[in-house]
Amino acid sequence: MAIWLRRSRSLAHYLKAEIGFWKVPNQRSFLNPCFFNPEKSSSTTLTGENYGNPPSFLGNSPTLFGSRRFESIKSGREELDLEDENGGHQNQAMDFPGGRISFTSEMKFISESPRERIPCYRVLDDDGLPIMHSSFVEVSKEAALKMFSNMVTLETMDTILYEAQRQGRISFYLTSIGEEAINIATAAALTPHDVVLPQYREPGVLLWRGFTLQEFSNQCFGNKADYGKGRQMPIHYGSNKHNYFTVSSTIATQIPQAVGAAYSLKMDKKDACVVTYFGDGGTSEGDFHAGLNFAAVMEAPVVYICRNNGWAISTPVSQQFRSDGVVVKGKAYGIRSIRVDGNDALAVYSATLAAREMAITEQKPILIEMLTYRVGHHSTSDDSTKYRPVDEIEHWKTARNPISRFRKWVDKNGWWSDKDESELRANVRKQLLQAIQVAEKAEKPPISNLFTDVYESLPSNLCEQEELLRESIKRHPQDYPSDVPV
Amino acid sequence: MLGIVRGRIARGGVNASSLQKIRNQSLIYASSRSYSSASKEMTVRDALNSALDEEMSADPKVFVMGEEVGEYQGAYKISKGLLEKYGPERVVDTPITEAGFAGIGVGAAYHGLRPVVEFMTFNFSMQAIDHIINSAAKSNYMSAGQISVPIVFRGPNGAAAGVGAQHSQCYAAWFGACPGLKVLAPYSSEDARGLLKAAIRDPDPVVFLENELLYGESFPISAEVLDSSFCLPIGKAKIEREGKDVTITAFSKMVGYALKAAEILAKEGISAEVINLRSIRPLDRSTINASVRKTNRLITVEEGFPQHGVGAEICACVVEESFEYLDAPVERIAGADVPMPYAANLERMAVPQIEDIVRAAKRACYRSVPMAATA
Repeated sequence: MAIWLRRSRSLAHYLKAEIGFWKVPNQRSFLNPCFFNPEKSSSTTLTGENYGNPPSFLGNSPTLFGSRRFESIKSGREELDLEDENGGHQNQAMDFPGGRISFTSEMKFISESPRERIPCYRVLDDDGLPIMHSSFVEVSKEAALKMFSNMVTLETMDTILYEAQRQGRISFYLTSIGEEAINIATAAALTPHDVVLPQYREPGVLLWRGFTLQEFSNQCFGNKADYGKGRQMPIHYGSNKHNYFTVSSTIATQIPQAVGAAYSLKMDKKDACVVTYFGDGGTSEGDFHAGLNFAAVMEAPVVYICRNNGWAISTPVSQQFRSDGVVVKGKAYGIRSIRVDGNDALAVYSATLAAREMAITEQKPILIEMLTYRVGHHSTSDDSTKYRPVDEIEHWKTARNPISRFRKWVDKNGWWSDKDESELRANVRKQLLQAIQVAEKAEKPPISNLFTDVYESLPSNLCEQEELLRESIKRHPQDYPSDVPV
Repeated sequence: MLGIVRGRIARGGVNASSLQKIRNQSLIYASSRSYSSASKEMTVRDALNSALDEEMSADPKVFVMGEEVGEYQGAYKISKGLLEKYGPERVVDTPITEAGFAGIGVGAAYHGLRPVVEFMTFNFSMQAIDHIINSAAKSNYMSAGQISVPIVFRGPNGAAAGVGAQHSQCYAAWFGACPGLKVLAPYSSEDARGLLKAAIRDPDPVVFLENELLYGESFPISAEVLDSSFCLPIGKAKIEREGKDVTITAFSKMVGYALKAAEILAKEGISAEVINLRSIRPLDRSTINASVRKTNRLITVEEGFPQHGVGAEICACVVEESFEYLDAPVERIAGADVPMPYAANLERMAVPQIEDIVRAAKRACYRSVPMAATA
């Protein structure tokens, strides 16, 4: 490399007198990118072989003239500082709309794939041991145990409710298996005042905030006690008092909405931020682009958490985008970003805590890419063994399980035991089965719920329709299900 | 500007506590069927601008967002002067992303602000239509009342002059089909002021369809309308001209055409009743039906495409409720079933003209038992 630099400098000096030569005849050839090969030996010179080609101070061997492929010579900025005959510098800066840019006479394309991917922040290794010199926020025994038991509760809830769907007791379910650390540890780093706009694979955040197993079950069964009044499919939880916006099935729409909600917090100067979640697939939506761009421009206090779990139903990330994951996209929008090991509860906790702090004090958006794996199927309507190898799923379910990894760390601190574990699991299971029974037996919502909330107040036409419906039911009671209250 | 307190209402000198009382009073005034004697005139543009100004002044949660609304004073100057008065926090110039700023507006509304989102024309709202329907219209219902969306989407709708197919579509029928939305279409300056204020104050998402060619038109305006608490009820049509032979329903620019057609018809002995719908959703079915029961004939007029249009809905509701009263089939006047052409002569052929309305009204009158009023 150094040899090349020195040679190119001398070539540049040689060329300065010939500057006219490459400006005119090679104007067109400039537009034909040449093939730069940094590996090839730097023996070519300007004379002879390369006549008519772009001069080699731009690269080592432009022999594949006209070929369309090119690599940048090296990553990172390197400018050739050409001195002209008067000793002035040709490399100047100029004011363009948008700011001051300095020039370079080296035509260098930023590589589409860097030699090294952005590294991933982690605190615990696969055996639950803290990595030496890792920087992280200390977690007390109480907090750690709360996080751990919530993770176990989430896993148990997912397993049992998934089974309930399989048994035909609820119509639909989707699990967060494998992503318990993201669900719980991010929630643990937030305050109850932070507004959460979820996608749909984050019920753990609501669980952390105090939503009970009974409340979850009520929504899944769509009964009278469901806060959603039986309006939505299972897993579309929402709760104003927990500052958790109702799940909406459309992908990525929450991303620009989060900016709007954050703008409201900003106007009120609240000590809170908005946190919104989405998966790797969601970053392909137009809303992702609009939302992140806007958040940066408006300086909105949003923490964007991307659960990059490798799969969007059957689409693997290699077919979703060609960038180095999602973390590099933040930079493109002028947003500070970090990549975190999403299965490391402590790393997730520390990063989210830091991101929240920055978002609020500096009033700007932050992007966190959490790397994880979607162990379960996309939902009960999916069988992922059809598009991915079973042993891959098994590997992430066992060897890379976030709960067992955190358990190991908790164990080593002497805070937990096998007995505690089996007690906890048995307890949660019992509570949940009870909650499901209660939810299943509970009455369905009354038919008035069919018409309310379309608008703030019931409009006359819906009032009429409701009356007509009730009359119909009175006249034909045998056609109306007996277990649904009127 | 965050310190703007509710009580500091710009004009009229009313305080918050008597606001409701005056609001009720002005509703009574507003429902009177003629313009009260007034020498003042106001363009629709100024009417909209003043309505925005007053509502922003009255409620610090109201803010305006859209492309060019700030520094440029609004693509059609509707938001003129607002940036200067309220600052960039409340008049937000956005990047070019309708989906983006509609989504952001919805998110802000979720969290308690009252955004007024401007689309440069409703043609561009199609790029944001997911947020309008799925995120705004349905949210209150899907969240069981936990998430209300007090947002207004406004902008010019329908044909302008020589702007071609992608700038001329009328979206009244599309948005009018969606439960959860309210859809308004003002005609005069009084409509513009009263309906925009009502829209901003309404807790539900409102689609406010203006008309570019009406912005510059001037209408006489009374003192009641100029009062800052003036508001029109949503869901009430206005009978612009009373008549007894045929009912003509219209909205937005077509109201003007219908009124001119009514003038022409009057000279020929046909007394037409012109109804200015004002509200596409909820549609004022009772006013329309009451009118048809009086005149027994109905013509619906709209600029938009004929299939599945507003006229189709009006016809269906009249057939459902007042079938026995009809003496002639209901006729729909609508734009041609083609994307809007550009050339001036073609464009003229693609939108309803006054003569079309006159001829249709006559057809409705002749298609009756001989003893009905004929020329």
